[in-house]
Amino acid sequence: MAQKKKARQPSSKTLPKAATGIQGLDEITLGGLPRGRPTLISGGAGSGKTMFGLEFLVRGATQYNEPGVFISFEESIPDLTKNAASLGFDLARLAADKKLFLDHVLITRSEISESGEYDLDGLFIRIADAVQRVGARRVVMDTIESLFSELPNPGILRAEIRRLFGWLKERGLTTVITAERDRPDRLTRHGIEEFVSDCVIVLDHRIREEISTRRLRIVKYRGSTHGTNEYPFLIDEQGISVLPISSLGLDHAAPVERISSGIARLDGMLSGQGFYRGSSILISGTSGTGKTSVAAHFVDAACRRGERCSFFAFEESPRQIVRNMRSIGIDLQPWVRKGLLLFQAVRPTYGGIEEHLLVTHKRISSFQPSVVVVDPVTNLIMVSTPNEVRSMLTRLVDFLKSQGITSIFTSLTAGGGPLEASEADVSSLMDTWLVLESIEVGGERNRALYVLKSRGMQHSNQIREFLLTNHGLQLLDVYLGPEGVLTGSARLSQEEHEKAAGTSRRQELESRRRELERAHRIFEARMATLRAEHEAEEERIQQTISESESLGEEASKARGQMVRSRKADSSPYKKEGGAKAANKH
Amino acid sequence: MSATKKKTRARPGIPAPRKPEIWKLRLYVAGQTPKSIRAFANLRVLCEEHLKGRYRIEVIDLMENPQLARGDQIIAVPTLIRKLPEPVRKIIGDLSDSVRVLVGLDVRKED
Repeated sequence: MAQKKKARQPSSKTLPKAATGIQGLDEITLGGLPRGRPTLISGGAGSGKTMFGLEFLVRGATQYNEPGVFISFEESIPDLTKNAASLGFDLARLAADKKLFLDHVLITRSEISESGEYDLDGLFIRIADAVQRVGARRVVMDTIESLFSELPNPGILRAEIRRLFGWLKERGLTTVITAERDRPDRLTRHGIEEFVSDCVIVLDHRIREEISTRRLRIVKYRGSTHGTNEYPFLIDEQGISVLPISSLGLDHAAPVERISSGIARLDGMLSGQGFYRGSSILISGTSGTGKTSVAAHFVDAACRRGERCSFFAFEESPRQIVRNMRSIGIDLQPWVRKGLLLFQAVRPTYGGIEEHLLVTHKRISSFQPSVVVVDPVTNLIMVSTPNEVRSMLTRLVDFLKSQGITSIFTSLTAGGGPLEASEADVSSLMDTWLVLESIEVGGERNRALYVLKSRGMQHSNQIREFLLTNHGLQLLDVYLGPEGVLTGSARLSQEEHEKAAGTSRRQELESRRRELERAHRIFEARMATLRAEHEAEEERIQQTISESESLGEEASKARGQMVRSRKADSSPYKKEGGAKAANKH
Repeated sequence: MSATKKKTRARPGIPAPRKPEIWKLRLYVAGQTPKSIRAFANLRVLCEEHLKGRYRIEVIDLMENPQLARGDQIIAVPTLIRKLPEPVRKIIGDLSDSVRVLVGLDVRKED
């Protein structure tokens, strides 16, 4: 084990690789093809081997300053040039700039006979000459095995091809050798894979249910770790793109920034701040529940912030979406004109699921949006199995998250079925799941919305009715009835009812207040009377007191006069006592 | 070209136009290897025997003139090319199997 570890560690560090420049391939191979060694590209007819070889050379010449030599055993130079032009490569120009040398090896079996031993030195010399002319670092041989059908004596040929690979390796040329795979149980028709021990890549082109998919797999890569899955790839006007399946793992950043959904009251339901930036949002619902409208609000809000949006429409044409959203007061056209909003509308049946994924991937890579809408994602199931859709979405969501792009996927739920189960596959990938429902009560259908889940925030658990008005989507207040949330007419009647109840309550309050006032006034009045009586009484008592006081004084005065007249001794004690007695009286 | 070839094959009994012709042969080799020396020797013997006085051999060493390999579409060496009479024919190998060389060059009918 220790030995194994030892062997692997230095190799992964020191094994030099030549970047292919083919989108996605360098990620899977962790850097490219083994530098200075041959790589076998095996695949059936039409699997893209020649294109692979061409792109390897063109990218090498244009991006890595490594000129190349293309030895074609099949197609003529004019044909190759024409085919490469469809990928946007100008071979003639590269050849003129001495960055590329094209050589067509044409052998006509009928012209040739064999007598005695031969070797392939002629080919060696041709390659050496070509390499020397442009200072090539890369060589492609497409398809060397065709020599087997053109030249006699396969025994010699095998030995010579083996020698050729060794010779190329000796010269440190990074070589791509293509080979035809005629049967699934072998890589090449003549078993030349045994001479190529370093790297073997298989290309595959399958048709299933009338839809074609291209796949690539690294069968072997000596001295290097590599992705071992089958990776879908695409050949289009920009060349080959390989899509790695979540090779990035789950290590994307988790931004804490929040962005508005474009519907203020919906933000309120999402703990008041809306979605997390870079999160994935699923909007599911039966048809006609307003999924696209919710998405359009989000797009509109993003464009208002000056962010770019990509809208992948699988159901409606861009014009149709723009027109329809105008009816709810959202005008997307200005954003399209400003270049903030980019529509990409295709029928799902236009290609395989991988193709969609790659197209999506490419558009996103080139447009660099911060918001992506896929509407609806369920239409893709049409062209694939749920399993594949899930795997595609996993890759897409991973990709979007790694780019910090907020994504909205709308999902059409089949009516009647258990809503949440039908999208169980997709939903686990999503951070936030909004469910739109059509509630049927009392002979009418009304739209309702709730947040089924929203990772990392305190979200509302209420079912909210909403209306699509000509100034946007309006979430309404909640009216709860005996049977749950009231919607539509039931809500209106409840609203009326509450209004009426409110009015009578107010009236009652009013009369109570008046009553209280009256009581207060009565109290005041009574108080006044009492006070008046009290004052009268007090006055009377006061009068009595002062009367009796004056009476006492007169009596003592009279007594004094009598004492004086009797010449009685005037003791203060007696006088006092007399006064007291009078007071007491 | 193929039409000419068919014609030649279809009328093998008419030797008249071919007889005065000069046979132009070209031998491609890559350096003085034993194989190339052998091939040249074998070719000389055959020509002396069957085409005496009517042949010309041009030896091209690709080591010296690598670019010439493309013109005649050479990948194997040694390669013998019959440039004239037309059609062009190629024989690869050291020409050690003289019967096959004669068949390949289409000279057997002379005898």
